[in-house]
Amino acid sequence: MTSLPKNPSGKKLGLVIDLDICVGCHACAVNCKEWNTSGKMAPLTDLEPYGAKPDGVWFNRIHTFEAISDAGISRTVHFPKSCLHCDDAPCVTVCPTGASYKREEDGIVLVNTDICIGCKLCSWACPYGAREYDEDEGVMKKCTLCVDKIYNENLPEESRVPACVSTCPTGARSFGDLGDPNSEVSKLVAAREGYALMPEQGTRPVNRYLPPRPKQVGGGEASAPRMLAHQDDSDDGAGLLASWVDKVLSR
Amino acid sequence: MHPAKSVIFFTTTTGAGYGLLFWLAVLSYRGLVGPDFMFGLIAFGIAFTLVVAGLLSSTLHLGHPERAWRALSQWRSSWLSREGLLAVLTFIPTGLFALAWIFLGSVSGPIIWLGLLGAVMSLATVYTTSMIYGSLKAIPAWSIGWTSPGYLVLSLMSGAVLACGLVVLGGYWQAADWLMLPTLFFLAFGLVIKLSYWSNIDRPLANTAETATGLGEFGKVRMIESPHDQPNYLLKEMGYSIARKHSKKLRRIAVICAFILPFALVVGGWLVPEMAQYFLSVATLLCGLGLVVERWLFFAEAKHVVTLYYDQ
Repeated sequence: MTSLPKNPSGKKLGLVIDLDICVGCHACAVNCKEWNTSGKMAPLTDLEPYGAKPDGVWFNRIHTFEAISDAGISRTVHFPKSCLHCDDAPCVTVCPTGASYKREEDGIVLVNTDICIGCKLCSWACPYGAREYDEDEGVMKKCTLCVDKIYNENLPEESRVPACVSTCPTGARSFGDLGDPNSEVSKLVAAREGYALMPEQGTRPVNRYLPPRPKQVGGGEASAPRMLAHQDDSDDGAGLLASWVDKVLSR
Repeated sequence: MHPAKSVIFFTTTTGAGYGLLFWLAVLSYRGLVGPDFMFGLIAFGIAFTLVVAGLLSSTLHLGHPERAWRALSQWRSSWLSREGLLAVLTFIPTGLFALAWIFLGSVSGPIIWLGLLGAVMSLATVYTTSMIYGSLKAIPAWSIGWTSPGYLVLSLMSGAVLACGLVVLGGYWQAADWLMLPTLFFLAFGLVIKLSYWSNIDRPLANTAETATGLGEFGKVRMIESPHDQPNYLLKEMGYSIARKHSKKLRRIAVICAFILPFALVVGGWLVPEMAQYFLSVATLLCGLGLVVERWLFFAEAKHVVTLYYDQ
């Protein structure tokens, strides 16, 4: 059924991505590929992986942008991009077969690859490029929010988060219920003024991005010392003559 | 957007086929064309060949054509599904009308109402086709509102040029005389709509790399590292840039072939009736060719907002 859920539970599982912290290491993309190539959407086919023009299905892509202000101050921002599990997911409503659907219980957007006809219209409808076509299997694939990991009782509880979240070495990715205003992720979004991508598209994404913090100007308390001036303050057991020379010259 | 041959063929041929079915019903309602066996066989043969070939070709680009029947199920939300369903349902009145015309030799009484119902459903099918594209907000060129008028008018236009050629070849001079005026009207109207469409899509997009990334407050945004060093599915499907390079030349070809030359040839056929069959045959071919170029541009020129993340 490709109509959106009529009675959504209110639970909106999603990701919060901190653009201030992300270092652009692509570990989230690699672990995503690793988990999902044997997960619900498996396989994440690669074409010519060792050839001149490798291509393949990935659910998570990391762009790197530079923003330059009029004053010439530039910032580098690493920008991971995956499915935003939109409330008004256009990829779901355009699907002619019912293969694309949004789960009532937690809002995760999924594809039933057994009935997908591979018309690609969902990838045209998604403004974020979250859907990729598997040439080899002739069906559309997308981020499952690791639905086969987050509810998996065979895993220790701390591992029940999407692969991209558990692997992020800097803690730039958080996972939780963005439909609950008291959840950790919702509080984080409120504190850091997290934003949705392209709200003008009317898709009402669930995922949020935390903007880079303002650049620090001048030496704050937290910044590293300019030089090790304090090292010169003690005589550190120097001999009498050296101490006397130090004293005279320091005047 | 990548201009897939199967989709270009699908939209142009079904447009012309449904347009022809519309005009055949109208001509018969006005009593200008009789239920002539040979004419019916050829005219409906062409119309249904165009429609069926187009619909079949639209399944060619599917990853799983054998599952195409599933596309009829989601008409509540999906324009593609509505199009599929309406295309199938339209065969009922148009098919019965054609059978009555060809084999019963009758288009009177309830049969003509069946024909007119088929005409309305044909146009409705073209409208659903247009909405497959017109409903996609992620492709601003298509969702600004000119897509449906374009598809409807170009369908009526190509159908009229084709119908004009057929009635001239069939020797229905009275029908030809009546049909030439609407044909000229739709050729002119089609050109106006297409020029408006182009001038609308030439405006700069409201979406930019700054709004797409939400990083505009930090300044001008550009991508300094792509997520991948070879084109992926997204760039191959949405990042087609050849058309923008040649769009001026191709638009000129489309304008001349699809609208201006057919217009001149129809006028020529009206002025010199003894040459009309040659003029109309050439007009039909040129119009078809021009519309293929126009449709190629429709896909190739349309920019998808995901390309903003790739600095395109």
